[in-house]
Amino acid sequence: MKRILGIAAAGLLLAGHANAATLDEVRARGHLQCGINTGLVGFAAPDDKGVWRGFDVDFCRAVAAAVFGDADKVKFTNLTGKTRFTALRSREIDVLSRNTTWTFSRDVDLQLTFIGVNYYDGQGFMIPKKLGIKSAKELSGASVCIQTGTTTELNLSDYFRANKMTYQPVPVETNSEALTNYLAGRCDVYTTDASGLAATRVATDNPEAHVVLPEIISKEPLGPVVRQGDDQWADIVRWTLNALIAAEEHGVSSANVRKLATGTSNPEIARLLGKSELQGRARLGLAPDWVVKIIAQVGNYGEVFGRNLGPDTPLGIARGLNGMWTRGGLMYAPPFR
Amino acid sequence: MTALAIWRQESTRFVALQIGGVLLIFALIAWLLGNVAANFAALDKTFGFGFLWELPANYDINQTLIDYSAQSTHLRAALVGLLNTFLVAAIGIVLATILGFAVGALRLSENWLVSRLASAYVEFTRNTPVLLLILLWHGIIINTLPHPRQALSIADSVFLTNRGVYVPKPLFEVGFLYVLAVFFAGLGATWLLCRRQRDTPARRLSVAVAGVVFSVALAAIAFFLAGNPIRFETPALRGFNYQGGLSLIPELVALTWALAFYTSGFIAENVRAGIMSVDCGQTDAARSLGLPRIRILRLIVLPQAMRVIVPPLTSSYLDLTKNSSLAIAIGYMDLVATLGGITLNQTGREMEAMLLVMAVYLLISLTIAAFMNWYNNRVRLPGR
Repeated sequence: MKRILGIAAAGLLLAGHANAATLDEVRARGHLQCGINTGLVGFAAPDDKGVWRGFDVDFCRAVAAAVFGDADKVKFTNLTGKTRFTALRSREIDVLSRNTTWTFSRDVDLQLTFIGVNYYDGQGFMIPKKLGIKSAKELSGASVCIQTGTTTELNLSDYFRANKMTYQPVPVETNSEALTNYLAGRCDVYTTDASGLAATRVATDNPEAHVVLPEIISKEPLGPVVRQGDDQWADIVRWTLNALIAAEEHGVSSANVRKLATGTSNPEIARLLGKSELQGRARLGLAPDWVVKIIAQVGNYGEVFGRNLGPDTPLGIARGLNGMWTRGGLMYAPPFR
Repeated sequence: MTALAIWRQESTRFVALQIGGVLLIFALIAWLLGNVAANFAALDKTFGFGFLWELPANYDINQTLIDYSAQSTHLRAALVGLLNTFLVAAIGIVLATILGFAVGALRLSENWLVSRLASAYVEFTRNTPVLLLILLWHGIIINTLPHPRQALSIADSVFLTNRGVYVPKPLFEVGFLYVLAVFFAGLGATWLLCRRQRDTPARRLSVAVAGVVFSVALAAIAFFLAGNPIRFETPALRGFNYQGGLSLIPELVALTWALAFYTSGFIAENVRAGIMSVDCGQTDAARSLGLPRIRILRLIVLPQAMRVIVPPLTSSYLDLTKNSSLAIAIGYMDLVATLGGITLNQTGREMEAMLLVMAVYLLISLTIAAFMNWYNNRVRLPGR
């Protein structure tokens, strides 16, 4: 009897929470709960001390810095392609930062809110060099390792059908499972986002033995996701991303942000760093110096990219589409005004 | 003696407690449903199964027992998954039963080595988690069998690779129907002849053997007269993989084998318990009549042991069927991986998909239980 009452009480509590504002919930909890990959070098992977690092992890840290002024007040939930949306919608996590492609169906039908794009990606193929394949058009009849519950799974089916080729899907749950099957020769080809292929390739014993084919068969705009219906929270996450990008555009980095915060002649930087009034900031419920905290602790977009994915890392991914719009890329933040 | 007040009588309290209990259960169910409805409304979600036939599945499945393509509906994808579940459960149950009965009987052997080996088998299979066994066998298959280009071949028609086992696929022509007709006519005649010899088991056996041999011979003659009506499509390496023929993918082999391996340990113990439950006086009496050991087991011990074996055997079968949902760990596309996995993920219909998956498993389990109850009634000794 006691037990039943206990369950009922727990249920009522859950039901009561269903409409609470995410920001209040996060503040009351004392940390941000962020959904990340189960392991993808460069995006979310534990370092030699067991601390999670990566491009997606840094975005979570940036949101924590915006909310708490402390980038370390974040806990991570590792999610597979299949569990991620359920975890977000059931309030298990506050933000999903797990190389997730923005699509119409996910945005509209699954009732998620994509707050922007932090990585422009596309789906590619990786194959052992010794097979001598030069183009994805030569892949007819191949066994293809593919992560289930992803957009790549649907693109793969479309691509082979459009090119009148056949293939054998070998479905896997996680990137590491894909790598195991690929290295054991269970599949000839591994297909996922090109960034994921670069990360997987460097995780093999001999990256030189594998090639990424030139074809990119889809657009994969990756970005952080929040639940639909909490506009204040969506704004916080959206403008955290915009702050990261705007900071790089205006040359604000972790090295100079403290100095610029004490005084600058550039009015946009002054608004960004809370030196002059930014109308509406109070509505977000954040401290005036929230951007300073983000940049000081996490760095700007370029620093985050360079530290996790850039040419100085084993992944060695060039900025390409992810460069600033002023340098021929697609990264473009709306003005802080 | 004064009568107790009505609320102090035990029978009244008993009825009141029952009514109270039922009301509480209903209240809990109503509250749960209300909670679900409220949360659906809060998320602005609707409840319905239209997604099953309104939307194309858009994903491919690597083992399809019926026609299926990425343009098929989610319903058809679920059906493909369900058939894959059935396939694993059916082969698994047969394999587990054969292995289990054999090991259970061997464990009672008087040969020390044989009985110890059987015990070791039972202890190993029963005491390792089934998920580990599935991963272990899958790992063994994909890491030890060769790549298709170095396939192990048997007579250039059966090929073993880490992408699967490829065997020639028989293609039947119309003439094969005559062969089948002749064969089954022969078997039917044999059966009728056997029924006449009901009272003399020894003669019945010889009639049966002769009849079957005769039917096979007749079928062979019909086969040649019809001009060899079976052709075989041999698998051949084309491009990346073997094409043509019949193939068993490693995931199917690993899953079926791991489940049968795991469950056979439990069945072996049930069989042993069943055999030991038969009074040893029965065996002694049969021995004193001069019956050989194998006939004692078959005619005296097993029929009595089945009473004890069948009920736990049912739960072993149910376990095996439900454990087949672990297929997802190695990417075998069963019901959970299709309807409860990719379809759920692409359509966002968690509640509907999960309810359906649960309902289907419930239905499968109840069917198996019903069949086993029927069988249990048949093997039960009358009058006990």
